[in-house]
Amino acid sequence: MSLTALTYLVVGVTFALYVGIAIWSKARDTGDFYVAGKHVHPVANGMATAADWMSAASFISMAGLIAFLGYGGSVYLMGWTGGYVLLALLIAPYLRRFGKYTVPEFIGERYYSRTARVVAVICLIVISFTYVAGQMRGVGIVFSRFLGVDVATGLFVGMGVVFFYAVLGGMKGITYTQVAQYCVLIFAYTVPAVFISLQVTGVPIPQIAFGSDIAGADVPLLVKLDQVVTDLGFAAYTSGAKGHVDMFFITLALMLGTAGLPHVVVRFFTVPKVRDARISAGYALLFIAILYTTAPAVGALARWNLTNTIQAGPVGEADANLAYEERPEWFRTWEETGLLKVSDKNGDGRIQYYNDANPEFAERAREYGWRGNELTVDRDIIVLANPEIAGLPDWVVALVAAGGIAAALSTAAGLLLVISAAVSHDLLKGVIAPRISERQELLAGRISAAAAVAVAGYLGFDPPGFVAEVVALAFGIAASSLFPVILLGIFSLRVNREGAIAGMLSGLLFTVGYIVYFKGYMAPLGGNVADNWLFGISPEGIGVLGAALNMAVAIGVSAMTRRPPEHVRELVERIRLPA
Amino acid sequence: MNKTYWQENLRLVGICLAVWFMVSFGFGLLLVDVLNEVTIGGFQLGFWFAQQGSMYVFLPIIFFYAWRVTRLEKKYGVDETDKADASASRDE
Repeated sequence: MSLTALTYLVVGVTFALYVGIAIWSKARDTGDFYVAGKHVHPVANGMATAADWMSAASFISMAGLIAFLGYGGSVYLMGWTGGYVLLALLIAPYLRRFGKYTVPEFIGERYYSRTARVVAVICLIVISFTYVAGQMRGVGIVFSRFLGVDVATGLFVGMGVVFFYAVLGGMKGITYTQVAQYCVLIFAYTVPAVFISLQVTGVPIPQIAFGSDIAGADVPLLVKLDQVVTDLGFAAYTSGAKGHVDMFFITLALMLGTAGLPHVVVRFFTVPKVRDARISAGYALLFIAILYTTAPAVGALARWNLTNTIQAGPVGEADANLAYEERPEWFRTWEETGLLKVSDKNGDGRIQYYNDANPEFAERAREYGWRGNELTVDRDIIVLANPEIAGLPDWVVALVAAGGIAAALSTAAGLLLVISAAVSHDLLKGVIAPRISERQELLAGRISAAAAVAVAGYLGFDPPGFVAEVVALAFGIAASSLFPVILLGIFSLRVNREGAIAGMLSGLLFTVGYIVYFKGYMAPLGGNVADNWLFGISPEGIGVLGAALNMAVAIGVSAMTRRPPEHVRELVERIRLPA
Repeated sequence: MNKTYWQENLRLVGICLAVWFMVSFGFGLLLVDVLNEVTIGGFQLGFWFAQQGSMYVFLPIIFFYAWRVTRLEKKYGVDETDKADASASRDE
């Protein structure tokens, strides 16, 4: 069977599985639609949360990002896992105890204000649409690369499947398909990782292979890698090039953002008990960590493989570089997709891959007769081409395609659901038409989910130029607007309506303003370089200052205005106790 | 509301977050150059904390907290298993 046919088969089987689950778990009422009837087992919720959380970016791009950033890539590893500790200890159990359906609903009741609820809905919608556009794009890309169909067709198929199970099954349908999607994606991720570990180090477990000796040599992989990349003028793999202050702020912003992302927080509304919410966050992190501890190993192994393939012998010797005519089969395949690009600048028929932006290395490069770096590598290739580089059978390649699609679809569905819940429950039922019946609200939920799928599909097909940039915006907004008011809503009795609204708005405006200033979508107003940044903090890390500003304003304004009413005090005291 | 339960809970959260901060921001970022002087297996220790170790510690923190806070709930009679007493315990 050809690779394409096999890929169709594997992807088709997984789609049939998702649709089957959706039919089996159809939502019967709004409780099912918003929070899966609060019947989800904590382990199942942990898996669903992991799939919800790990997006196309985690699956396809992260290992590649780390491969080229080295130590600097640690911000993503710590930032995107450490947030779960905050969720489990500070947020999830209390919001589960609150016992309603959405994050804006909590903010609206805790701060006894429809205005606060509407501001929260706006933040939620901006964050979620930003994210979902990237997911739909991911689905389209996987389809076009592995199945040879164009991006638009891939998008339509993906939208159709998400439409089916999100609209029909609501949270209940999404939860159980996410469990299946987790299994598909983690299997697809770890199998090639194990083989590539075996190939390079002879150790099958990637987390251990990462720190082992290279097969046939008495040198640890990381030591050898540091040596090889510095010989080529790159920064050492284990020290990287990012400033420590900036790394600190980016990591913290990603953590706070994680703990404030509505589609993640809402997953903890679906478990039966408060205790389950805490344990479930632990399981979620366990399932996420399986991928997140594998990714840096894959990154280092792949960087070594790539460098070693191109630079087969000592740096500087004429025949040490890979001859273009002798390039391996996978190299040719990925050249066709444009993810690998070679231009023989010095015309010697061999490929030179080095850091031509390093002035200290320029002198030596000239001596070698090199005329600039000749290889451009798209970071996504690290995961996508892994099975071929390791020479694995076709079914593994097909599985990676299915895994990438599973990662994108599961995240997209979770995001679409919080958008539809915010529209039907918070805006329609909560503000515009409080008298609609349960059945009407369920219908409204389905209609808004369908509309959200359509908008997401459009954004994926024709993404505004800034999609790649707005990831920073999504985390920044979550960290600086929602996270602080949720936290203060639980841990302070004194913060009131005026404080929360002022806090959310100032955190939001500051963060969005800073990001737009440096990454401005038309033209940046200020050069996006470290010298211009406030305290040396890049736009990716600014959410931390936004969060601090939000809290300071909320506490300050509350101190100058009236205490919250008695029933709000009772509400806070109630959610602090499990029973 | 049961003041002592809440205060003990806050203390527990504080201890857990101190460990959380230490392994990630402490070992993985602020002290990374010092710890990188030590190698274990083929890893420099600071680098290992940043890309592996911090995650291995985050996990037990959550499970440890879940276990200890459940004990606290039982000690102060505010746990969920006796739902019938829920309203009574709230009035304490």
